[in-house]
Amino acid sequence: MRITTTVNGTRHDVDDVWPGESLLYVLRERMGLPGSKNACEQGECGSCTVYLDGEPVCACLVAAGQAIDREITTVEGLATGEGLHPVQEAFVEAGAVQCGFCTPGLLVAAHDLLERVPDPSDLEIREALAGNLCRCTGYEKILDAVRLAASRQARA
Amino acid sequence: MDFLQPRSWADALAARAERPDAVPIAGGTDLMVDLNFDRRRPGALLDLGRVAELREWSVGDGAGGGRTVRLGAGVPYARIVDELGDRLPGLAMAARTVGSPQIRVRGTVGGNLGSASPAGDAHPPLLAVGAVIEVESAARGARRIPAADFYTGVKRSALAEDELIAAVLLPEAAGPQQFCKVGTRNAMVIAVSAFACALHPDRKAVGTGIGSAAPTPRRAPEAEEFLAGELDSAGLWDSRGELPETLARAFGERVAAAASPIDDVRGSAAYRRHSLSVMARRSVLWAWTQYQHDLRKAA
Repeated sequence: MRITTTVNGTRHDVDDVWPGESLLYVLRERMGLPGSKNACEQGECGSCTVYLDGEPVCACLVAAGQAIDREITTVEGLATGEGLHPVQEAFVEAGAVQCGFCTPGLLVAAHDLLERVPDPSDLEIREALAGNLCRCTGYEKILDAVRLAASRQARA
Repeated sequence: MDFLQPRSWADALAARAERPDAVPIAGGTDLMVDLNFDRRRPGALLDLGRVAELREWSVGDGAGGGRTVRLGAGVPYARIVDELGDRLPGLAMAARTVGSPQIRVRGTVGGNLGSASPAGDAHPPLLAVGAVIEVESAARGARRIPAADFYTGVKRSALAEDELIAAVLLPEAAGPQQFCKVGTRNAMVIAVSAFACALHPDRKAVGTGIGSAAPTPRRAPEAEEFLAGELDSAGLWDSRGELPETLARAFGERVAAAASPIDDVRGSAAYRRHSLSVMARRSVLWAWTQYQHDLRKAA
């Protein structure tokens, strides 16, 4: 089947998609956007988190056809221009990135939180990131990164 | 595999009738796991995501003078939390515990019902308030199934092969409702055991729902009648006096007795029974405290 969808502001037409494929597979293997990571394929780890019509979802749980005519933003679309997005900067500076596998999903989840809640409490951060697993950092540096991004956002 | 994407409810029912080999998909949070792991290879996916009617809820007159919420089967949990916490507090509490934010924006009560897993988080609160499931087929039209009759076995339901789940009808809360769930962490947990209770002061009744502790979600009818009777004979519905701890404990024991749990990777049968008695005791005390507080607010 043919999938027509808008990803990071660009229209994509992809042919010969198997209807049982996930949006994650389409993004990574058919559109050449490997930023969203494929880890658990069951919605447990959050490393494939993308925006689907403005809502953070696990791309592995969206059937390819469900993305037809929808707007998708992946981690590749967070930054505009050459530099990193402020949330990405904060992750780098706070040491929230170790092996990096969970990072794309956490960035989208953190970005979504800060769009909705500019000055989140620790509880709100934990709740917003509850669907994203990280096996390296122990999460403390990730929480630091979100707090850092929030404080910079408040000053900007 | 084919991908069917009806744009209206009528087209969805027609597609369901035409393709018995199609599996309905809404949020995909359950079905896509099976596809990703190649555990299931249906002849077609029937995507209900474009059927606008399924994503709506409305309020109308219900039986017995109360108001009834008609919750479209495709309203995601995140919207239940945001929009229905006052009208359907028990279901909203359960919805808050579903998966993670990413799962809650996609997962639906209709999906929970379609899967009919004994561990589905929506089932206990549906049972506790006496929800009714509205299903429909192109051939026979709509019919209504009380939640207590909907679950027929492990991952089995009363839904016929040519039917789709349209909506769930739930009475607007007339009193406090609570939901509890035991798991290894706060998010991303398949319930080890779960419990919902609802106080219905308008008819001096108590509702219960047990999850993950029997082949199907189920009520604890003896516990319901016991507690409602004791509250009535002690005049507590009217006085709103203290609910004796001993009574809450006896209620919890009756709830646990209503379960028929198994040992599995998530927990033992004994633990499930014990946790149910604890959850039932605590949640009814919380609900009762709320009931007492409601009077002070009204006064």
